[in-house]
Amino acid sequence: MAPLLEARSLCKAFGAVTAADNISVAVAEREVVGIIGANGAGKTTFVNMVTGYLKPDTGSISYQGRDITRLGPRATARTGICRSFQIPQTFARFTVLDNMLVALNVARKRDLFFWRPAHDAELDAVAQGLLAGLGISGHRDQIAGTLPQGVRKILDIAMAMVSAPKVILLDEPTSGISTDEKHAAMDTVMNALGERGVTILFVEHDMEIVERYAGRVIAFYDGRILADGAPAQVLSDADVRRYVVGGELHRRQPRKGVA
Amino acid sequence: MSVLTDRNVLVLLAAIPLLIAAGPIMPDWVRFFLQVSLASGLAVLGVVVQMRAGLVSFGQGLYYCLGAYAAGMTGHFVGVTDVFALLGLGIVVAAGVAVVLGFLMSRYREIFFAMLSLALSMILYGLLVKAEVLGSTDGFNLPKATFLGLAPTEQALRFAVYALTCAVTLLAAIFLYRYLKSPMGRIGEAIAQNEIRVEYLGSSARTVVHITYVLAAALSGAGGALAALANGHVDPEMANWTTSGQFVFVALLSGTGNVAAPLIGNFLLEMIRVYAVAWSPYTWQLILGATMLLVILFLPGGLWSLVERRKAGG
Amino acid sequence: MLKLVAIFIDGLVYASWLFMVSVGLTLIYGVMKILNIAHGSLFALGAYAAASLVGAYFASGLPPAGSYVVLPVAAVIVGAFFGLLIERGILRFMYGRDEVLMVLVTYAVFLVLEDVIKLVWGVDPYFTAQPYGLLGTIDVLGLPYAVYDFALIAIALALGAAVWWGLNRTGRGKLLVAVIHDREMSRAMGINVTAMFLVTFIIGSMLGAIGGALTAPKISVVPGIGVEVIVLAFAVVVIGGLGSIGGAAVGALVAGFVRAATVHLYPEAELFVIYGVMALVLAVWPHGLFAQAEARKI
Repeated sequence: MAPLLEARSLCKAFGAVTAADNISVAVAEREVVGIIGANGAGKTTFVNMVTGYLKPDTGSISYQGRDITRLGPRATARTGICRSFQIPQTFARFTVLDNMLVALNVARKRDLFFWRPAHDAELDAVAQGLLAGLGISGHRDQIAGTLPQGVRKILDIAMAMVSAPKVILLDEPTSGISTDEKHAAMDTVMNALGERGVTILFVEHDMEIVERYAGRVIAFYDGRILADGAPAQVLSDADVRRYVVGGELHRRQPRKGVA
Repeated sequence: MSVLTDRNVLVLLAAIPLLIAAGPIMPDWVRFFLQVSLASGLAVLGVVVQMRAGLVSFGQGLYYCLGAYAAGMTGHFVGVTDVFALLGLGIVVAAGVAVVLGFLMSRYREIFFAMLSLALSMILYGLLVKAEVLGSTDGFNLPKATFLGLAPTEQALRFAVYALTCAVTLLAAIFLYRYLKSPMGRIGEAIAQNEIRVEYLGSSARTVVHITYVLAAALSGAGGALAALANGHVDPEMANWTTSGQFVFVALLSGTGNVAAPLIGNFLLEMIRVYAVAWSPYTWQLILGATMLLVILFLPGGLWSLVERRKAGG
Repeated sequence: MLKLVAIFIDGLVYASWLFMVSVGLTLIYGVMKILNIAHGSLFALGAYAAASLVGAYFASGLPPAGSYVVLPVAAVIVGAFFGLLIERGILRFMYGRDEVLMVLVTYAVFLVLEDVIKLVWGVDPYFTAQPYGLLGTIDVLGLPYAVYDFALIAIALALGAAVWWGLNRTGRGKLLVAVIHDREMSRAMGINVTAMFLVTFIIGSMLGAIGGALTAPKISVVPGIGVEVIVLAFAVVVIGGLGSIGGAAVGALVAGFVRAATVHLYPEAELFVIYGVMALVLAVWPHGLFAQAEARKI
């Protein structure tokens, strides 16, 4: 079967730093792929290239057989590839509901409507349903900027899910969430996405979470792909243990928001 | 929610006949100030709608002046005197220029947007000051206007233009009120908070900014044309930074949370200005600047936030 | 040929002047991320202070050459005083607020200072042409040029060199550059960022005032010169890239030569040719020639 999303030989350098060195990844529909690697290994660069925030220096990306290498974030999102962010990107002065309503109006191509109100009973209900599905409907009327980090990360994912994407890239969905809440949050998110049949790529530092959800793991190191395959196989790979997982074990607390 | 069940819309709608009916009762000078302040209030609304999208225009006088000169020049040189035609022209010219300049401006935010808007308005100011055929710094007078083909008496005409100004300004306020609640208005606000997210949702921030810019220009152009009709005169001062500065001042002072507050604020300010300038001609900008600093420091939501706070409190 | 020489010299003189009035603006922005609209007021204050002090000096009958000392001294005093006042009195309460708000703040300061100037000096023009005339003229290929204008070129070079040397060759300057690159890190390393800001703002203000003082003998000093200068200075620094000293120099040269060429070849466009160049540059390089748009971390 032809892959749904395929990156071929992506290279990207920032000055002297090579952030992506010949990255090739093919993802099939409904696959759940965990991406691991130490900080600076090139994981976020990869996500940024696939979603159009960065243009690769060389290489190409195709989605459903269509070349999307040169598309920016907006056009990429419209093809059905959405993402969440390591630092959650929300509208900090809006309530959670208003955040969702903006996303819903855009998803329904009403973004240039200028007379009818942005919210109505039907949209409110849809938003409410999505929030409930992710377990944060209790925060509906809270201002996004005042949310606890964990809830803001879920809201960020919820906004990405509004347009019913076929592929979603989650950039460290559990970073900044306390250890005891991580699993519950991840369960909810992965279930919601799974129900919708979304293809998932997620960047993660917590190997327990990777093992639990990923059907396949890709290990990044120094801008290259070190290993790519079944979780058990990749996580037991000697190089991966040495350069990636070992590093993870020695990491103290996961760093807050910034990285 | 239908338009006519919205209480705020109804209040603004009801204000139109009330203001018009109150016209003949008011002393002439009060009515005149009300009329002028409603006209320039449209330009303030232009600043407000941009501010909601995080864009500070230090040069809204550009479009205020363009609207006024478009109306004035058409009256003076072409001989068209119908108020509706002149008003329409003011809007079309201002919006047309904004469509073109918007391609440049919509690429910019924050300080670049602020400074480029200032630069653009100062270019127009410089051009008009040098244009002797347009009376340089003195400007020129408009011919007596006509109303739908009628040439009413001076008194009746003055009232008709007053009524038109009230109607146009409040209808514009209603439009803006709806606009700010609409998806595009909300996305404008969203752009001010997180443009990257807006793009990742699949909406074009540049397009929304461009449209907002044109909308603001159209409002300001209408204001300029109405001001020209009210005064019977235009001059380059309308494009000068001091004019734009006052628009920003009123927007900041009234806050951007409410579409009526800037209109009320502008009226009060016009009244205060007359006395302040007569009493001490060189302290007006000083008072504006000092008040602005105090508001920024202590009342980030503008003076209107005091009213809102009281409402919320009790 | 003669025209080319004239364009070259006029361009150089005008570029020097542009650099002088814009270097302080870009310095303050580079270090503090504040686009200081009140820079225009500092220019005007410098011009007024110089005009009245030099006027008083000549009235006292002291040797005319001394006026060349009075000019910069007036500027430095006025710049230091108002720089200190604005930074300590207003700006320091606003640090950390966003850039747009800081523009509004400096705009408010600008409004206030415009009236302060009118209250102190009135609205009638001041003339102080003596220092300009005193140096006489020299002929270049038969064209008379004011020696004062050539002196401006030298002074602009000296100011540029001084700022560059101060930033790149002195310990304190290097600290300042560190602040430019990472405020948080500098603070963590024990650099006194507050003091750095104050010093930068005062130096920037002095530069603005010096620009005004040196311009005063060439013009009639009237209300409203501040706003022209701030808009022009912004155009210049934007061409090069906001916040870069080298960018200001390049911007000044580009704008200076383009304007000189326009004045000689097509004078009608003089008024807005600089803005035209700015618009062209921005159309190709959205943030100026030497500025890199920072990608936001997401």
